[in-house]
Amino acid sequence: MALVVNVEEIISNAIGGNRRSLSKLLTIIESGKSIPTNNLGAWTLGVTGPPGVGKSTLIGKMIIEWISRGEKVAVLAVDPSSPKSGGALLGDRMRMAISDANDLVFVRSLATRNHPGGLTSFLAPMISLLSQCGWTRIIIETVGSGQSEIRIVAFADRVLLVEGPDRGDIIQAEKAGIIELADIIAINKSDLPSAQLAADSLRNSLSLATETAIEVCLVSAHLGDGVAELVESIELIKTDSNRDTIRFRERLLSAWDSRLISHPQFNEIIRALSAGTITLDEALEQIS
Amino acid sequence: MGMRIVIAKPGLDGHDRGAKVIARALRDAGHEVIYTGLRRNPAEIVRTVLDEDATGLGLSTLSGAHDVLIPKICKLLRSEGMNDVIVFAGGIIPDYDRDELFSQGLRAIFGPGTQTKEIINFLQDVNSRKENGEPVGVGEELGWHW
Repeated sequence: MALVVNVEEIISNAIGGNRRSLSKLLTIIESGKSIPTNNLGAWTLGVTGPPGVGKSTLIGKMIIEWISRGEKVAVLAVDPSSPKSGGALLGDRMRMAISDANDLVFVRSLATRNHPGGLTSFLAPMISLLSQCGWTRIIIETVGSGQSEIRIVAFADRVLLVEGPDRGDIIQAEKAGIIELADIIAINKSDLPSAQLAADSLRNSLSLATETAIEVCLVSAHLGDGVAELVESIELIKTDSNRDTIRFRERLLSAWDSRLISHPQFNEIIRALSAGTITLDEALEQIS
Repeated sequence: MGMRIVIAKPGLDGHDRGAKVIARALRDAGHEVIYTGLRRNPAEIVRTVLDEDATGLGLSTLSGAHDVLIPKICKLLRSEGMNDVIVFAGGIIPDYDRDELFSQGLRAIFGPGTQTKEIINFLQDVNSRKENGEPVGVGEELGWHW
């Protein structure tokens, strides 16, 4: 089987531009094996937002813009696994039509699976690997609906929040705390009449906060309007230290979680807790 | 054990209800399914299988172009060195075309009326054959098909 082949050889092939080797290495990382990678300052963007706002379609259009600027774009598209069957339906790449034919684009769909510690423990090595293989723009896409998704985008150095023209979505994002992480917000579907209103009211609500202003862009992934401007704004993002702090907080929490869950006595301690033989404080004592 | 499977719609064929039903059924059986969307050409489909490192590829075709598109996809997979990918098809594929497709490395053809359970059984069978080192891939020794 391919997996027993010398990993270092596969790595050097992948760095040499062999897509199959890169693809196999991502599988190896996802299976929980660690491979030697070094992070040489990868350029990463997290893209998140509620379901159906057009994240994948917008990324598809942004890819075209980046390619015209001479970049090589890799996308890690994350979708949830079914907690019942463990299976997953990964449909993000169908919205990025260009992804299937161009040598300057690499799209990999990832299911969250029921990994101990979640997907987050694999994101850092995957990003390093992609960067080492010459991908200059690395995008992590995830549905922004909960804490685990916030943790996924927190692995990117800049975050784009995509919203629909429906104000209700924005309230949801505010509740989820994603707005705090965003460096820039795009209101998609600007071809619909309510988009301008949504952008105005969002700008209004953001201006109530005294911290640095977050740019709100209007785009239409469908028509391509505003995409070049959005990419330009993303390129110019100077992330402020507040958001950096939040990001590193989330990364540390994920790392802590996965260390906790992979603790050899984890299940044993849970059983003891549910049997009532130890208290939570005692459990913490045992783990640390 | 769940597999990574690409479900693809090759060629000029706008009907994907069947493909979506299959994708859903495979997901519920614990597989990770990557759906390509409509009207993909062979090169795009093979690229998807490559980038996603999929173990299986299911092709849904109802347009009558199966005898051109499926062999093209099988050949491309082999020329890219993806001999171990398991390829199966479904849709409207007449009996008299099937032997030719099996000779291209296709391992199963599911026609109208197939229960989704049968496809899941096929994948289970394929998986255990693969584990035993038996040929099931598109570029591996011919002989067995579902």
